Amino acid sequence: MTPLAQLLEAALFASGAPATVEALAALDPEASAEQVRAALDELRCHYDEAGHGVELVEVAGGWQVLTRPEYTAAIERAQLASRPHRLSAAALETLALIAYRQPITRADIEEIRGVSAGSILKSLLERGLVDVVGKADVLGRPLLYATTPAFLEHFSLRHLGELPRADELAVALRSPVTA
Amino acid sequence: MTVAADLASRAHAFEESPVPQPAGVPAAEHGAGATFVVDLGHFNGPLDLLLTLLREEQIDIYDIPIARVAEQFLARIQSLRLDEAADYLEMAARLLRIKAQMLLPRRDGDEAWDDPRAELVRRLLEYQQIREVVDLLEARAELRRARFARPPLPATDRLPAATPAPLAAALADLLGAVDRVLRMTRGPIVHTVIPRALDVAGALDAARLLLARRQRVHWGDLVGTQAEPWQILSVLLALLELARLGECVLRQPSPFGGLEIAGTSRGASASHDSAGRVGAPGPPSVFPPTSDITHDTPGAAA
Repeated sequence: MTPLAQLLEAALFASGAPATVEALAALDPEASAEQVRAALDELRCHYDEAGHGVELVEVAGGWQVLTRPEYTAAIERAQLASRPHRLSAAALETLALIAYRQPITRADIEEIRGVSAGSILKSLLERGLVDVVGKADVLGRPLLYATTPAFLEHFSLRHLGELPRADELAVALRSPVTA
Repeated sequence: MTVAADLASRAHAFEESPVPQPAGVPAAEHGAGATFVVDLGHFNGPLDLLLTLLREEQIDIYDIPIARVAEQFLARIQSLRLDEAADYLEMAARLLRIKAQMLLPRRDGDEAWDDPRAELVRRLLEYQQIREVVDLLEARAELRRARFARPPLPATDRLPAATPAPLAAALADLLGAVDRVLRMTRGPIVHTVIPRALDVAGALDAARLLLARRQRVHWGDLVGTQAEPWQILSVLLALLELARLGECVLRQPSPFGGLEIAGTSRGASASHDSAGRVGAPGPPSVFPPTSDITHDTPGAAA
C-alpha cells in the first residue's frame, strides 16, 4: 500500500463516524482530493483482495471501515459488540415520511400516517436519526423535522438521492391492489 | 390516539420487542378489569388496517365498495378491541360519512361529481407509498446492522467537540504551583489558648491572712460580690490548695449551702513562703479525714 493509503487506513480506524474525502484530504497537505480518492480505492481493493475481516464502505457522504457481515454472528455471540435494535414499522414509517417530505411538521406526519407521532418522533430525535431544522412559517410555528447523517448511516445510504424518487415507486401506477 | 392507547402502544411503537407478540391479541385478557389496553399487533394505524383489508379482499383501491369496507372495518376494530382508540374511530366515522355521501342521488352524466372517496384514495396511496419505502429502508438497515463500525455507532451524528490541547507543563511548574498553594494556606488554623491571668498566689496569701485572723471564714468573705471570673477561680484554686496542704478544712453544712472554711493548727504554723503552685506534683491526697467536702463544687454554690 502507498503511504497515503496507510495514513487513510489509520484515520478511518480512529474516526467514530464516516469521514468525508475533504476531511481525509486534510490529513496530508500534499494530497489532493483526487489522490485521496485513488488511495481510498486502493485501500478498498486491498481489503477485498488480501482477505481482510473488514471492508471500506462509502456511506452518509463519507467513508467508513466496517466489519464484514459474515463475522457479525460470531462477534455478537462473543459479546464483543451488539447490533442495534431494529426500528419498528411505526418508526420506519415516520422516518420514511420525513426522508421524502423533509422538512416536515409533526402535524403533517400524523395526517399522512393517521396516528399520533409524538413519542416516535421523540425516540428518533434521541437516536439522532432526525433533527429539528427550523420552524414552519404557519400558525403556531410548528417545528420542522429532517433526517440527519446518522439516518444515512443507519440505512447505509450514501446520500438521500439513493432513495427511489417518489414517482418511481410502484404504487404510483394505477393498478388493482393484489395480495 | 387516546393517552391510554398511546401509552400502551409506546412499548411496541419504537423498537420491536424481542419476543414477537401475536397480532391482535388484546393484552386486556391478561388482567381482568384492566381498562383499555391494546396490543396494536402489526397494525400501525387505521390506514394500515384499511390497506390490509383491501388487500385481503383484493379490492381495487380506486373503486372501493365503501359500504362493504366500512362494515368490515368496524367489525375488525371491534374484534381487535381497537374500537376505543380515537384514530381508528375517526377513520370509522370517515368511512361512514363517505358511505352516506355515496348514497346521495346524483344525475347521470354529471361530470362535475366529486367522488367522496377521492380524499381517502389519496391518503391510502400516500400511505402505501410510505409502506413501500419502509420495506426498502428495512432492507437497507439490515445491510448496515450486519456490520460493525469502530467505535460503535454513536448516539448522535455530531462528532465530539475538539478536546483541548494537552497541557504543556513540566514537573517544576507543578511543584511551583503546589508551593504557592501551600504558602497561601499558612498551615492549619489552630485555636490559640490565651493564658488566664489567675493570681492563685495572691489569693493564697489573702486566704491565709484572713484565716490567721478569724477561725471561720465564709466563701463570701473571700470573694466579693463584684468578683471577676478570674478572681473567683483564683480563690477556688487557692482554697483547694490550702485544703490539700491541710491548712484549712472545707465544710458544706447542707447541700448547695454556703461553704465554711475553718483554719487548722497546721495552717497557723504554715510559713508564708509556701508557694501556691497549682498542679505541682505533691502528695496524692492530703485532705484531712474530717473533711466532708461533697462533689458539689464550691463555685457552683457561690
